[in-house]
Amino acid sequence: MAITRIIAEGPGAGVLLTNTNRFDDLVNLARKNSIHYLLFGLACCGIELMQTGGPRADLDRFAAVYRASPRQADLMIVAGTLSYKMAERTRLLYDQMAEPKYVLAMGSCANCGGLFQCSYAVVKGVDKIIPVDVYVPGCPPRPEALTEGLMRIQDIMMSERWWREKRRPQSGAK
Amino acid sequence: MAEPVERQVLRRLTPSDEEIVINFGPQHPSTHGVIDFVTQTNGEIIRRSIPDIGYLHRGLEKIGEAVGYPGYMPFTDRIDYLAAMLANEGYAMAVERLLKLEVPPRAKYLRAIAGELCRISSHWVAVGSMAADIGASTPLTHALREREAINDLLEELCGARLTFNYARIGGVSFDAPEGWREKVLRYLDHLDSYIQEWDRLISLNEIYVKRLAKVAVISREKAIAYGLCGPNLRASGISWDTRRDLAYGAYPEFKFDVPVGEGKMGVKGDCWDRYAVRVLEMLESSKIIRQALAKLPEGEIMAKVARKPKPEAGEAIGRVESARGEMCYYVVSDGSENAYRVRVRTGSFMAMGIIEEMSQGLMIADLIALIASFDIVAPEIDR
Amino acid sequence: MNAQEIHAKLKAQFGDAVGDLAEAKIDPFVTVKADKIVEVCRFARGEAGLDFDYCEDVTGIDWPARNLIEIVYHLFSLQNRHQLVLKVETERSQPSVLSVQGVWKAANWLEREVYDMLGVNFVGHPDLRRILLPDDWIGHPLRKDYQEAGGYHGVTNTRFDPLVRLTQKVEEERKAIAAAAPPPVVAPTTATTTATATTTVPATAPATVPAPAPVPAPAKKEEPRG
Repeated sequence: MAITRIIAEGPGAGVLLTNTNRFDDLVNLARKNSIHYLLFGLACCGIELMQTGGPRADLDRFAAVYRASPRQADLMIVAGTLSYKMAERTRLLYDQMAEPKYVLAMGSCANCGGLFQCSYAVVKGVDKIIPVDVYVPGCPPRPEALTEGLMRIQDIMMSERWWREKRRPQSGAK
Repeated sequence: MAEPVERQVLRRLTPSDEEIVINFGPQHPSTHGVIDFVTQTNGEIIRRSIPDIGYLHRGLEKIGEAVGYPGYMPFTDRIDYLAAMLANEGYAMAVERLLKLEVPPRAKYLRAIAGELCRISSHWVAVGSMAADIGASTPLTHALREREAINDLLEELCGARLTFNYARIGGVSFDAPEGWREKVLRYLDHLDSYIQEWDRLISLNEIYVKRLAKVAVISREKAIAYGLCGPNLRASGISWDTRRDLAYGAYPEFKFDVPVGEGKMGVKGDCWDRYAVRVLEMLESSKIIRQALAKLPEGEIMAKVARKPKPEAGEAIGRVESARGEMCYYVVSDGSENAYRVRVRTGSFMAMGIIEEMSQGLMIADLIALIASFDIVAPEIDR
Repeated sequence: MNAQEIHAKLKAQFGDAVGDLAEAKIDPFVTVKADKIVEVCRFARGEAGLDFDYCEDVTGIDWPARNLIEIVYHLFSLQNRHQLVLKVETERSQPSVLSVQGVWKAANWLEREVYDMLGVNFVGHPDLRRILLPDDWIGHPLRKDYQEAGGYHGVTNTRFDPLVRLTQKVEEERKAIAAAAPPPVVAPTTATTTATATTTVPATAPATVPAPAPVPAPAKKEEPRG
């Protein structure tokens, strides 16, 4: 990491850093190994989420623990079918999470409405409400599949660069 | 974004100056699914708690009118995902009554074995998550470990871990593979000895008993008036079990006891009784599976059924003793290949009706214990 | 007691208000007049010998062909182990039935669900409001003529079909290739007739194909699934 330029005053005042990759890697390494996911089990996938956190396919070996409150979580695993009644609460929960936050859509129902395409009360995919980073297919996905999804989130985390001026675009989904 | 609409519920609550109205849920680790309990509390003591359901309403009854009789089977898995084998069986029984089909004996036995394994698996989640709601986090891990063993057995049988889609109209879909019977027996030996360890660790644990005994006592009359069923009804002292009293399938051939709440640790019909009935039922299921495996007849596993069955116009009821109570499928047919109406009446829905009355005067932690002792799953309530 | 005996007892007490025992396939039912349903239920519950203390289910069926909605009551007796199915018919335009929640408390939530799904008004119910759907939902889904509103609070109820998208993409690519290629020399050969006869466009040699025959794309229209 090197300091290339210092602008003392004026509209672009600040310090410009270069060669910050190792620094980013260190920060991201810490972040990806301590993911706190929101316990958002809605339906059957919620049980597989529990089993994935259980003794055999342990999510805790990634140091990923569940939190009940969205204020303390940085990953939201939407596990199950989203109904219209629940959709507003989901948006509220997503808004309550602090940046940087990620969403993993687990199972067919969260990806696209799943088995319930002809149902009147099911939102056809959670990405109509919130932006999704990783989609894990399955009905329900095996614990191994969900673990793979978590590792993809970790890859996303590792690829982020914080010390440049790029920011993740915040798109509201509709 | 519009304000979540709970005005109709709030109109029924009249908090005084010292009381507040809080929402338990819909996203809450202890509500066993997405259910909202709008609670008016005075500090820790609840004045009234009104459940607001429907957050997992997926229109399963309307879907039944569109997908055909065999096509509805995967949806019955999702009605009660913890005891999916039993839910499958109930729907299959209702449609078989409409079609006047006779199921081959081997299929009946396989349905009973799979159903009882599923019941044990569901009760593990029930007692494990009940312990977690009370505050002990390790028992849930033990319960999930036991459940993984049963998941492996059922995965060998039918290929799926959670939503099995195993029963078919007229029989079952897959036969028991080679060596499966020995694996099941080995697991049952482990289960019978492990339950004793579980009892020592949790059921008879002083803290656990103090948290659950004499809490939310449901009397006999109230249980019947509110339509409770299954372990909730049996814990209040009523000895009713559809497997024994309205015997269906292969159950007439098995000998088993029906555990009933006795008020051993407190009062008959309290939370501890509802918990204890489930643990004892696991042992009874183990007995049933052993008898079924010993007597398993040879033969085919499916009766002859048309690809798209068209029963004649009429209606039929299929009752099955699910892990959460009696699941009653009421199927109305109008002669076409789609059902005219599929109605599923589940035990968890009936259990919700009693919460408003029982919650008055409970502490917040006791409300959690009450909800956990009913062993509800959200899709059974909302369908 | 079997169905005939129960029906005989009800008929003896209530006469005309109780219809005949309909031997519908497998499970028989009794139709009761709408204004007497509470009394029949109270009698069924209290009468020694009947003792229907357990209300198993209250549900509704919409029959637009017969222009009525049927409310079905499944009653059960735990001590005598017999069951009874009562039906009440009400008109479709303004369905209204007396509430039996005073007889069995279990009927409270069950009737709320029938109101939510079918729009039946239960007279005398203390708390008749929607139970499964949001409070401001429009329509009653289990009616046969239910139309979805196309979304709720701004969330639409359709999703693009990936196969349709893929077909469109392939179509566009093919059009682009055909437009970019040099104008073909139309030589009336036997290959033309065979090509048009089979109505397929061999993708490997676009220059030799005389004219792109109309490709019957798998016409999978994207319909709002409702």
